Amino acid sequence: MIAEIGHYAVVLAFMLSIAQGILPLIGAHRNDTALMGVAAPAACGQFMFVLIAFCALTYAYVVSDFSVALVAQTSHTLKPMLYKVSGVWGNHEGSMLLWILILALFGLMVARFGRNLPAGLRARVLGIQGLIGIGFLAFLLFTSNPFLRLDPAPFEGQGLNPLLQDPGLAFHPPFLYLGYVGFSMAFSFAVAALIEGRVDPAWARWVRPWTLVAWTALTIGIALGSWWAYYELGWGGWWFWDPVENASFLPWLVGTALLHSALVVERRDTLKSWTILLAIIAFGMSLLGTFLVRSGLLTSVHTFATDPERGVFILGLLIVVIGGSLVLYAIRAPMLKGGGLFAPVSREGALVLNNLLLATATAVVFLGTLYPLALDAIGGGKVSVGAPFFNATFVPLMVPLLIACPVGAMMAWKRGDLPGVVGRLKVAVGLALLVVLATVMIDGNTDIVAALAMGVAAWLVGGAAVDLAERTGLFRISLSDTLRRAANLPRSAWGTAIAHSALGIMVAGITASSSWQTERIQIVRPGDTVELAGYEVTFKGAGNVPGPNYTALRGTFELTANGRRVTMLYPEKRDYPAEKSSTTEAAIHTTPIADVYVVLGDSDGKGGWATRIYHNPLVPWIWAGAIFMAIGGMVSLSDRRLRVGAPKRAARKTPVAEAA
Amino acid sequence: MRIFLFIAALLAAPLCAPALSPLAPSEALALQPDEILKDPALEARAREISKELRCLVCQNQSIDDSDATLARDLRILVRDRLTAGDTDTEAVDFIVERYGDFVLLRPPFKNSTLILWIGPGVIFAIGIFGVTLWHRRRRVAVAAPVAPLSADERARVDAMLAEKPDQ
Repeated sequence: MIAEIGHYAVVLAFMLSIAQGILPLIGAHRNDTALMGVAAPAACGQFMFVLIAFCALTYAYVVSDFSVALVAQTSHTLKPMLYKVSGVWGNHEGSMLLWILILALFGLMVARFGRNLPAGLRARVLGIQGLIGIGFLAFLLFTSNPFLRLDPAPFEGQGLNPLLQDPGLAFHPPFLYLGYVGFSMAFSFAVAALIEGRVDPAWARWVRPWTLVAWTALTIGIALGSWWAYYELGWGGWWFWDPVENASFLPWLVGTALLHSALVVERRDTLKSWTILLAIIAFGMSLLGTFLVRSGLLTSVHTFATDPERGVFILGLLIVVIGGSLVLYAIRAPMLKGGGLFAPVSREGALVLNNLLLATATAVVFLGTLYPLALDAIGGGKVSVGAPFFNATFVPLMVPLLIACPVGAMMAWKRGDLPGVVGRLKVAVGLALLVVLATVMIDGNTDIVAALAMGVAAWLVGGAAVDLAERTGLFRISLSDTLRRAANLPRSAWGTAIAHSALGIMVAGITASSSWQTERIQIVRPGDTVELAGYEVTFKGAGNVPGPNYTALRGTFELTANGRRVTMLYPEKRDYPAEKSSTTEAAIHTTPIADVYVVLGDSDGKGGWATRIYHNPLVPWIWAGAIFMAIGGMVSLSDRRLRVGAPKRAARKTPVAEAA
Repeated sequence: MRIFLFIAALLAAPLCAPALSPLAPSEALALQPDEILKDPALEARAREISKELRCLVCQNQSIDDSDATLARDLRILVRDRLTAGDTDTEAVDFIVERYGDFVLLRPPFKNSTLILWIGPGVIFAIGIFGVTLWHRRRRVAVAAPVAPLSADERARVDAMLAEKPDQ
């Protein structure tokens, strides 16, 4: 009965989305308040019904109702409660329902918090959200219904992929979707602005918080996925340039560019049509990622048993949404007239450079991900594009971006003073040089590229610190004045400094972990000691340990430094009988400057065990950087300017359509 | 979206790395102790080569990372060639001859990969050109003489200026 309520709620949400997608748009066109008024209640209703459906599915998972086909396929009574709940989105149908729930949540937030928006814009934004909702609810209902029943119901479920039974992965999809779907807001605002034919600083100020929410969530989502890959996949890597990873990285790159270009629209009333295009592309990349993964295109070499109907549906949706909005863009964008002029050397100029480099980086990842598929599709042969390609193309694009970042952030609007800014950054330059020298001295091997990369990391952190010191007058005026200035500094300035220095922390982590990793692969017998990077790892033995829904083969290792015990490490290999599969659980000892990472391999049958032990310097800094980046986003989001909303728009001036 | 990879991998042929395809029985992880060469210099070269070669039955994994049997065979093959005195290029060519360009994770620069390699550069160049053009046009457009205000407009401006600010 509960499943039928869920199914019915989806149907009702679908009906409401049709109303929400059509009536407000007509209303806004005719300036009909009654029709525009449909938008907000429809959005609230849609959220309510999708929430009911989501709760119904969650209930089916929690009580292990195996008469629901999806639950029978992806759950098991012995699974811990956390994974029963996270199992709701650990499959195709449920994850699409989560996607729609988040879409409806954003709709609800516009309806609820968008009161300061002009009525027409609000109705149009909600209308476009409704149109997206129609597409995805139809997709769910007609190709991926999560509420289908199974008769007779099996006695036990088939269980969830053990790799997904992990706290990191339990929260990875919701954050990722919050990001993906969050870009639908920027998209809806962009399309609404195109329909209205105007984009002004007020528009940018409305769009920025939504983009920030999406970007922050996507940052956390990608970081969680990468962290999970690091501790779960068992070879110490954290980013593989895998097509599925790239699918989530593409919207992040475009979203980052969008955050920066929206700033120019907000402050200087220019770069309008480019910003609109980025908003469309950011959501387009989110949809593309969904299409690539949902259609099974990426895994076709493995004859992935996919439903072609689903792939075709999403491809159609992608073409309609992106094609339609690009056509609208082509018609309307030329009418958007830019405002403020600026010299090439200026904050605007720096942000244009940022966008240019990020757009090219997006092109690299896009080509690298899709080129093999496209070439294969036209019969051009098979080609592999892997990490070596991306490292050779993506990294060189990031270098100028990172070097320019602190300079651009301190540049004045309209006309900047490059020598002046570099002069003010001399402390950061000095810090960077010091770090390069120190790295060369400590390293000994003089890996000069890695040393320079560490210098870039220090430059980013130092640059952000100098920027804050300059703005607060640190060391130039009295401390109390500095503190007062710091308190009055806009939150967005703090957010920028935090996010940019976080980038530096991340660069340091990436550089150090990939340049100075120590690895030991060997067979160990109980009592054997392996030395690496100032630690001794002693193997004590291995034995079976029961788990809630698995049995683990657990190795015991003692980690000592200079003969003093640091900690015990217990790497495991878990065997899941219900799912008939196994996972490796690396044991990791994390310190602020490095990880010691131990993986238990197979027995050699003669009392020895294959083991892999790594010392990964600064690897925790990668995720610390991601967390700080997200914190920067949240701090920026709490800026008063965004909270109080945009200033009132002046009465409509000459309509753009007439002016053009 | 990462999780879908694993759902996909779950259904995929169990040939591949247990790391990505948990259906496979618990196989050994990637590089094995018994494969490692005695000579650290040779071994280091073998590792670098392994990172550039694709495990052909896997989803985008190098033979250095992969647990598949084929990857192990290739790792041993690379080490055999190096021990036999091949240079890095010779060893890679030996494998490409047998498995084709598909085995290279960094595709070679040739006609079929032209767009892949020069595409980003072309996009960057177009971007620079576009920005320059746009910037120049904007300057010209703004510098163009503006039509003087009509009498009516003049009067409205005066009225606005005479108004007190709202706040």
